[in-house]
Amino acid sequence: MQKIYSKIESIVGNVITVRASGVKNGELGLVSYKGGQSMANVIKLDDDVVSLQVFSGAQGISTGDQVRFLGVPMQVSYSDNLLGRVFDGTGSPRDNGPAMKTNLIEIGGPAVNPAKRIIPRNMIRTGLPMIDLFNTLVESQKLPIFSVSGEPYNELLARIAIQAEVDLIILGGMGLKYDDYLFFRDTLEESGAMSRTIMFIHTASDPTVECLLVPDMALAVAERFALDGKKVLVLLTDMTNFADAMKEMAITMDQVPSNRGYPGDLYSSLASRYEKAVDFEGAGSVTILGVTTMPGDDVTHPVPDNTGYITEGQYYLKGGRIEPFGSLSRLKQQVNAHTRDDHRALMDGMIKLYASYKESLEKRSMGFMMTEWDEKLLKYGDLFERKMMDLSVNIPLEAALDLGWEILADCFDPADTGLRTDLIRARWPKAIE
Amino acid sequence: MAKSMGRVKGVNGNMVTVEFDSAIAKNEVGFIQVGDERLKGEVIRIRGNEAALQVFEMTGGVAVGDQVEFTSEMLSVELGPGLLQQIYDGLQNPLPELAAQCGFFLQRGVYLKPIPDNEWQFTPVAKKGDVLSAGDTFATVIEGLFTHQIMVPFDLVDGPWTVASIKKAGTYHVRDTICSVQNERGVKHDLSMVFTWPVKQAIKLYEERLRPTETLVTKIRTIDTFLPVAKGGTYCTPGPFGAGKTVLQHLTSRNADVDIVIIAACGERAGEVVEVLKEFPELIDPRTGRSLMERTIIICNTSSMPVASREASVYTAVTIAEYYRQMGLDILLLADSTSRWAQAMREMSGRLEEIPGEEAFPAYLESRIAEFYERAGKVRLKDGRTGSVTIGGTVSPAGGNFEEPVTQATLKVVGAFHGLSRERSDARKYPAIDPLTSWSKYSGVIDAKRVEEARSIVFAANEINQMMKVVGEEGTSVADYVTYQKGELVDAFYLQQNSFDPVDASVPVERQRYIFDRLYEMLQANLRFEEKSEVRAFFYQLRQNFLDWNNTAFLDDEFKAIEAKITDLIATKERRVG
Ligand SMILES: Nc1ncnc2c1ncn2[C@@H]1O[C@H](COP(=O)(O)OP(=O)(O)O)[C@@H](O)[C@H]1O
Ligand SMILES: [Mg+2]
Repeated sequence: MQKIYSKIESIVGNVITVRASGVKNGELGLVSYKGGQSMANVIKLDDDVVSLQVFSGAQGISTGDQVRFLGVPMQVSYSDNLLGRVFDGTGSPRDNGPAMKTNLIEIGGPAVNPAKRIIPRNMIRTGLPMIDLFNTLVESQKLPIFSVSGEPYNELLARIAIQAEVDLIILGGMGLKYDDYLFFRDTLEESGAMSRTIMFIHTASDPTVECLLVPDMALAVAERFALDGKKVLVLLTDMTNFADAMKEMAITMDQVPSNRGYPGDLYSSLASRYEKAVDFEGAGSVTILGVTTMPGDDVTHPVPDNTGYITEGQYYLKGGRIEPFGSLSRLKQQVNAHTRDDHRALMDGMIKLYASYKESLEKRSMGFMMTEWDEKLLKYGDLFERKMMDLSVNIPLEAALDLGWEILADCFDPADTGLRTDLIRARWPKAIE
Repeated sequence: MAKSMGRVKGVNGNMVTVEFDSAIAKNEVGFIQVGDERLKGEVIRIRGNEAALQVFEMTGGVAVGDQVEFTSEMLSVELGPGLLQQIYDGLQNPLPELAAQCGFFLQRGVYLKPIPDNEWQFTPVAKKGDVLSAGDTFATVIEGLFTHQIMVPFDLVDGPWTVASIKKAGTYHVRDTICSVQNERGVKHDLSMVFTWPVKQAIKLYEERLRPTETLVTKIRTIDTFLPVAKGGTYCTPGPFGAGKTVLQHLTSRNADVDIVIIAACGERAGEVVEVLKEFPELIDPRTGRSLMERTIIICNTSSMPVASREASVYTAVTIAEYYRQMGLDILLLADSTSRWAQAMREMSGRLEEIPGEEAFPAYLESRIAEFYERAGKVRLKDGRTGSVTIGGTVSPAGGNFEEPVTQATLKVVGAFHGLSRERSDARKYPAIDPLTSWSKYSGVIDAKRVEEARSIVFAANEINQMMKVVGEEGTSVADYVTYQKGELVDAFYLQQNSFDPVDASVPVERQRYIFDRLYEMLQANLRFEEKSEVRAFFYQLRQNFLDWNNTAFLDDEFKAIEAKITDLIATKERRVG
């Protein structure tokens, strides 16, 4: 039974209401109007007044237009045919390929039972010492790049994706600049990764509501592939645009904002997406690497703030480098005990020395005297930033560890480093007196 | 009583408006029939013949006109033997059993029996003809480490009840009738080992509440010595993300000197709970020599699980805590994070279109927080024994700024405040409890006067450090520099604790007293220095020795050797008096 309703009662923002009966919460409606057709989903029921958010936006919809309810919630097609394809937020092709209408699965499905989760155990190699050595990325981790706008966060994301040893990459683009979309497409194509990539792209000029659908589409497909045994890496950029789309919706719906205009359920909404990251025992996994741009470089802004409380750490991108302070991989300790025996000690030791270097820098800037120790630190800090932190560095973890020892030996006597004597004996690259 | 029926009138997120036909109560449970699924909800507001039902599930597919069946029962938990070691969601659904039945994903509308269908070795303590009241023990079973008392259900208040019959000692199913009681008016009840209690109502079947005077030892030095927690007390741990709230609670849940620990993982990462539930069964509790899991209950309603059951989860946890307190046990409830619980209230309040308070939290936020923490307490039971519920909650303030409603409301009602600072965690100074701003109203394991003196040195050192940032080391006197170094030593050696070191991770009271004495003597010592470089060299060496000391087993040879080294080192700089 697909009854057609042809009286739209109200149009506010991207939300329309119609009087209808028998409609289910969350189900899809098809709105036909002069501009064409758009899907919409039911977001509220009040007696016979049904509120729908219109995916293409309510622009051009008139009160006399028609709504037909489809009886099913939002779904996405799932099959190997998705590989190499590009879709928009509603799942329609953005490339010239055929529409995908078969094997539909629901999006925004239930959470994984915590009792079925396992402790993450596999490192994901990126070739970046600031990640592999200092804040190791782990399979099934959820981790955003915190970035000021203007930083090369999409380049970083693409590079990690290409290099990561995963079966599948799913890119969810939200409010992407068109150029950035083309950048991702071309980069993935050039590297040969496109054939194992699926894209759901919302660009800055597309309707806001479609932006809201992108993470759920991407994650629903990712989850299925993971259940089928695939290691999936999901890239979500930029989650701040997603949050802003939620803000816009909430204000349309007259919700009381909690913090700088964002709705009170911002935390839960972000969490239900990020928590899709999982390692299925006996099957595959979903790893989520996101981008959260920080308006005004303010980490206490509601979006990065709520995100930090949800994700398993963050990479803090600043001045074209991943900052050691502010960056954190909460799962690193699950894997870095099993990589190489000097990994943990070198990780801690080098960061502590880098912190001391920062202090020396500050002392110098205040005009205080530089001691011999300060001079050592200054040399160390410079080498560390050039050889370890620079994003162009691309070496395996083992080489990064060796490089770490070389930098230390270049600048310090063994005892200066605070590292354990047995490690120094085994690893110090110069002769020890 | 006839159960009321209703039909759905509106749906807004997880808030469903229901038109009902006969009397219903606030906090009564109702089920919405959606296809062949039954979705549980709780009545949170009644207006005319319309009830607002907060639904504990996702509400996709619910339609106007769907049938609602009310239960005439409040949202309750099942109490009885078998609660220990369980992993429940916020509504007391056992998650491992759910996984066995439904697989990887949570499935809405599936509600399993909370108390497992086990048989227990039953020992009656009452006999036919005995007169009992609600909460009185009529039998016992051995539940792992404890003698679990089987009590007259707490809601049987129209006693006294005379035992009409009681089973002989033997093995019975937890839901078998094992005792029948009757009151003067001839009302009869058949009792099993299980009964229910509404979660939002505190259990108060005790003689009196006592002041929380006994320290609850956590084996974390900075807490037990400087910022103690008391059995039956309350404390909170606010801090920005990544400052170490969860790690601190996990450490506490392992080491706390209590009988039972209840972990309420409320609206945060699922992965963190997984660490507990995979590791605890493998860890040995030094107090009992048994697996840590045997004294643990986990209430797990993590961030992507339904928000309404997150709201319920802290009540589920505290009700189970109160139940075990009735057996004369000490229970520690750790909730991570109370901010997520507050946010769940905020979401619901928004859907009810209530007038919002600060940051859109409901006006009743403060009173709900106060009510929750008030359920902690040390009590004297009718039989003279005591029991306690201690509550520790983390707070996740927006932007890490403590000037926000949840932190402020919590600070008003708790007895201790362990504020974590970003500055300390960035500097990897763990636990990142800020010694300057944190406080406790409870008494610790070490003489308060001496602790106060040590604390004042930490404060003074901080002031000197601030000054040095302006005038440089050059502009600081030797005496001030010594004080500064003493403060740094207290921090490095005593306040900071390495949770990865097998020895340092948990420090028993005896050792805290012993090493604090040494530290105190050092702080009091009259040291003589000519210049600052000498001070620095001395304190660096001293610090190294003290830190090594922290990693050696208590009172073994190496421990004593390092102690002697410390004594000798201090003696080299000590000014002889007279
Ligand atoms: N006591 C500690 N010892 C060592 N590392 C710690 C300690 N506390 C926290 N950390 C580090 O900080 C990270 C974040 O801690 P966590 O407790 O999860 O923070 P929060 O709950 O405040 O967000 C941990 O993953 C760990 O790397
Ligand atoms: Mg935490």
